Amino acid sequence: MAVPGAKIDILPNECPAGERSLLVDAASVFAVAKFLRDDAQLYLDYCSNVTGIDWPDKELTEKIKVKQVVDGVEKEVEEVKKSLRPGFLEAVYHLYSMELKHGPVVLRMRTVNRAEQTHLPSLTPLWRGAEFQEREVYDLYGVIFDGHPDLRRILMWDGFKGFPMRKDYVAPDDFEYEPTPHDEVLEQAKKHYSTEVKA
Amino acid sequence: MNTVAAMPPKNYEVLPKTSETGEPLGELLEISMGPHHPSTHGVFRMDVVLDGEKVVRLKPVFGYLHRNHEKIGENISYLASMPYTDRLDYFCSMTNNWAYALTVEKLAGLAVPERAEYIRVIMAELTRLQNHTCLIGFVVQDMGALGTPMMYAFREREKILDLFESVSGARMMCNYMRFGGVRVDVTDEWLAQAKQLVDGYSKFLDEFEMFLTENEILLARTQHVGVLPKDLAVSAAITGPMLRASGVNYDLRKVDKYGIYSRFDFKVPLGEHGDIYDRYMVRVLEMRESVKILQQALRDIPAGPVMDPKTKLRGFRPKAGEVYGRVEGPKGELGFYLISDGSPNPYRYRVRPPSFINLTILEDMCLGHRISDAVVILGSVDIVLGEVDR
Repeated sequence: MAVPGAKIDILPNECPAGERSLLVDAASVFAVAKFLRDDAQLYLDYCSNVTGIDWPDKELTEKIKVKQVVDGVEKEVEEVKKSLRPGFLEAVYHLYSMELKHGPVVLRMRTVNRAEQTHLPSLTPLWRGAEFQEREVYDLYGVIFDGHPDLRRILMWDGFKGFPMRKDYVAPDDFEYEPTPHDEVLEQAKKHYSTEVKA
Repeated sequence: MNTVAAMPPKNYEVLPKTSETGEPLGELLEISMGPHHPSTHGVFRMDVVLDGEKVVRLKPVFGYLHRNHEKIGENISYLASMPYTDRLDYFCSMTNNWAYALTVEKLAGLAVPERAEYIRVIMAELTRLQNHTCLIGFVVQDMGALGTPMMYAFREREKILDLFESVSGARMMCNYMRFGGVRVDVTDEWLAQAKQLVDGYSKFLDEFEMFLTENEILLARTQHVGVLPKDLAVSAAITGPMLRASGVNYDLRKVDKYGIYSRFDFKVPLGEHGDIYDRYMVRVLEMRESVKILQQALRDIPAGPVMDPKTKLRGFRPKAGEVYGRVEGPKGELGFYLISDGSPNPYRYRVRPPSFINLTILEDMCLGHRISDAVVILGSVDIVLGEVDR
């Protein structure tokens, strides 16, 4: 192995043309990426696409068969076991080689959680093309890329609060008065004033 | 080996005191160019710091047209995203449609009938012709040739848009392609009209080039201006004519051979110096190659259906999985990244916008040039703000 101590998982992809992806832990991802870029056989000199994905907390249900003794007779009973998969943010890089014309290699890394530990190493020092795209991931998802030369909001304005691409983002209530509210507008209007007709 | 060194942290808060070569600077002037400025091609803003007329710092500012296209895509069905892709790069809606359709087809494993593949190539190459023609018109306008060259370009573009309108019903927002084919078939009269236009296009290009290619003003304003070195272009993920003008042979029509591009005989023009003039020349030569592709496609197009009858457009639910699909758009690599969780809406819908990423090196190209050159350099990047801001 080229990078000692790196923890790499290969994630499956069920889609017909699917490329499988490498999930690398955040501690060794920089060294792995550098290897992918500089190795003579891989030579992935072109980082095409950088993006983020939000995976909120999810309840996983698993059906397991358990042997139970019911009225003195041993029976097999199906039990639903519930577990909570903690949420995380994910950064995905699609790497190609312009020199050798192959690819893509899909590189992913995950944050610890979605609340405060959202740090990941920046790969902009390796591929300049990630500069704006990592800024965009920071802007819309809130992943903080350590080592990025200029990590600011890019599409939203400075001083904007929240990360709009997260699944649990709620848009601000910018209700304006409607003379004849209906459907969703009516629901929204109810929060602001009484819509009942006065006798 | 990759030679690009690590980037030092940028600090836009503090004004620079010395130039890149270490000479002391005079009194600096900070100008906010845009968002409403005729030469920024839309609502794009550049925060420029000038020493006299020289650019010593340039900070691009985006987001004036941001509408979170990707979030909209996550909340609507796969089919409903198709008209939204028109609004990304509103000059090249056909190519955007194709990129999205191609990605969904890859995701669900759909087949495309032969005739539809030919129609797609014809539409994509016509789009390339009109995009490059207009862009050259715009850049020349940025250099001060007001009106006339752009009107020449728009005259030709109008003919192509007439063709788009007669087949799809709209000049710019075509919404023409579907996963599994295209929406409506083209008629024989349409093909005859297209053939007439394509055959006359070389003549128009000759005329256009006669005025521009050896024009003294154009040569003076574009040669050795905004040079983009090869290794920086690769590292910064520059694609499209910009990349090829820097001498990197990377055209997805040749590399990926998506659709039926392996059947056509065409060349990939390359530049040598990576300056604005090379970008102009690469675009002109690319149009000549597009004309060649169009002539072959219009000659060989077979009869048959334009839509795979097995494709179910409404209630379309692909299996769980993820896919990245890309095409060679007129501005560069246009990619879509989709994650399906088996529901009617995509879990993640991402657009890789070529002109947004091509702006990464705008500052590097402009430093040391005059402000009037920065305008031309920005023009030669070929941006459309619908795509940059999404």
